[in-house]
Amino acid sequence: MKRKVTSVLLALGLAGTAAACGGGGGGSSDAAAQAKGPVTVWYSNNAEEVAWAKQMVASWNSAHADQKVTGQEIPTGKSSEEVIGAAITAGNAPCLIFNTSPASVSQFQKQGGLVALDSFPDGKSYIEERSGKVASQYKSTDGKYYQLPWKANPVMIFYNKKAFAKAGIDTAKPPLATYDEFLATSRKVVAAGGAKFAIYPAPSNEFFQSWFDFYPLFAAETGGKQLVADGKSQFASEEGKKVAAFWRTLYSEKLASQEKYNGDSFVDGKAAMAIVGPWAVATYKGKVEWGAVPVPTSAGKSAAETYTFSDAKNVGMYSACKNRGTAWDVLKFATSKEQDGKFLQGTGQMPLRDGVSSAYPEYFAKNPDYKQFADQAARTVEVPNVPNSITIWQTFRDAWSKSVIFGQQDPGAALDGAVQKVDQLAGQS
Amino acid sequence: MRLIGRVVGKQPIGTAFVTPYVVFLAAVFAYPLGFAVYMSFHDYFFAAPGAIVDRPWVGFANYASVLSDPAVRRSFANVGIFLLINVPLTVVLSLLLAWSLNAAIRWRGFFRVSYYVPYVTASVAVVGVWLFLFNSGGLVNSVLGPLAPDPSWLVNSKLAMPTVAIYVTWKQLGFFILLYLAALQNVSKDLYEAASMDGAGKWKSFRNVTVPGVRPATTLVVLLATVTGANLFTEPYLLTGGGGPDGASASPVLIMYQRGIEQGNPDVGSAIGVLLVIGVLILALIQRRLLDRES
Repeated sequence: MKRKVTSVLLALGLAGTAAACGGGGGGSSDAAAQAKGPVTVWYSNNAEEVAWAKQMVASWNSAHADQKVTGQEIPTGKSSEEVIGAAITAGNAPCLIFNTSPASVSQFQKQGGLVALDSFPDGKSYIEERSGKVASQYKSTDGKYYQLPWKANPVMIFYNKKAFAKAGIDTAKPPLATYDEFLATSRKVVAAGGAKFAIYPAPSNEFFQSWFDFYPLFAAETGGKQLVADGKSQFASEEGKKVAAFWRTLYSEKLASQEKYNGDSFVDGKAAMAIVGPWAVATYKGKVEWGAVPVPTSAGKSAAETYTFSDAKNVGMYSACKNRGTAWDVLKFATSKEQDGKFLQGTGQMPLRDGVSSAYPEYFAKNPDYKQFADQAARTVEVPNVPNSITIWQTFRDAWSKSVIFGQQDPGAALDGAVQKVDQLAGQS
Repeated sequence: MRLIGRVVGKQPIGTAFVTPYVVFLAAVFAYPLGFAVYMSFHDYFFAAPGAIVDRPWVGFANYASVLSDPAVRRSFANVGIFLLINVPLTVVLSLLLAWSLNAAIRWRGFFRVSYYVPYVTASVAVVGVWLFLFNSGGLVNSVLGPLAPDPSWLVNSKLAMPTVAIYVTWKQLGFFILLYLAALQNVSKDLYEAASMDGAGKWKSFRNVTVPGVRPATTLVVLLATVTGANLFTEPYLLTGGGGPDGASASPVLIMYQRGIEQGNPDVGSAIGVLLVIGVLILALIQRRLLDRES
């Protein structure tokens, strides 16, 4: 009996393994690109975006009874990317996901999970007309668009006016433009007890955390360079090392914390500044009296010259989609001028639309606080769309963590040390 | 008829009872393990059904890249430190507490429940509490005052892993106490009486009657603590912000998650997994040898 059970187990295990070894065939077809019919879309689970998505779906459905859109929030997991990756593998991804991280696009593409939007006759022209110059950053290495640039959250420096006032710092025009000014202001606000820390980006080791400390300042310092360009690392340049040295000073003088904070340090008054995009404005309402300025640079640049990280989320069309003709129409509908306006109105996030501030003058007249984010949206830098994108960011984060946050190595040497591995990763197909 | 007899065996009812579990075992354990081994020998990545992808056989290349990766090597060393602290501490504390809770003390039910609560509470919630306890301005450091470590517990490269080990010990203690409580019911009262007749005090009878009496349970506790400890993931993921500071609390399973799921290299993740399985099996074998020899 025992032997029989064992052999049944083994046989089942081996059969399963053998079955798993079988690959698939096939691919996308032109017929699918024309096909019309019901489609499914996923969207983010924050309240503002859910409200926008629900009205968008309802609005589409009221005019297209024969091509019904079913919308739902992205199923929960450790991260959206993980859930999307699993859905691609299982073959049950929806047609459109309005929360596709640009850093994951190269991976999803490698998995055969994304549809090249260029496969639609007006795909390329629609993307480039809507987003303007910014669009080219979202092209994949094969020159095609596997994502539609949808919305950005240009990262800026938020400051707590009360904490600054307590330290006797001008709250209308605080000196935060150069590294020296920023450090002096930081020292002053901490010394005066305005907050325990000047600024508190997450010091944890997740690959994406460098988007909220190093990358915005690197974009600004270099006038809009990406982490990797033409398959070569850019971060160990003189500018990159200046940014690293600046953050190292903040950590070594305990103006920034090495410890993970459980909550929102800016809202809780633990930090006098935050480095974040306009999505956070809604969460600060009634809790913090804030102002915002562009990220600092070593020599100081005007707002009109300062670049930053986009913190964008895009829309991808997934290869499991059967009715791609409808999906493409829905995508254009959801990113039309009218729907972008509703999205801006409801969420305060910036549609990745060329000239967003002039496109919605009424909104910005009513909400002047958001005007600077709209201006900043025209000068954003995206994560490079290269193979092994996430591994590259993790490699960078490990070097950053070791040197800048924990001071176990010279920051410049740590960045130099990461170059070879990153170049190798970016060069793989 | 004979064919049916051959398939179902001499005990058809027994086979019927066993089959669901065999199927469960095959689907949930045997198949994934076999598949992981397969992945680790190929240039494998997850792909959409129907996508034409190349997944060539690469021999031991994934193992070579894993073993030459300092982050992976460090994670194995980290989990070694974790087990060295967590397993003995779990055995000693859970046995002592079970022994105390087995005695006729006041509030016995309350204490038993108290020790079990952390085990059944969601990690995310408990981690939040520990972050407030162990961060630099937390309760523990306030009590310690000038004796508080700098850098603080969870961002100190020497203390992060021991802190995680102590946290996990505390969290799982309730479960292991329960195992020992069950085992203590099987230790004959006569043995305690005989020991006291021979003039043994509480401590002596604990050492000479209780400890040998619950040895089978100790074998189980050691094995379970080792297996669950080797699979450490949640704590480095949540408590130390992704294995920080600077990889000092990264565990092999955390690295597997990063490489396999986040970075889309399940072949590399599987190679780490296979090495971990082999490592745990060797450890379990050594432990069994030692514990069986003593009994």
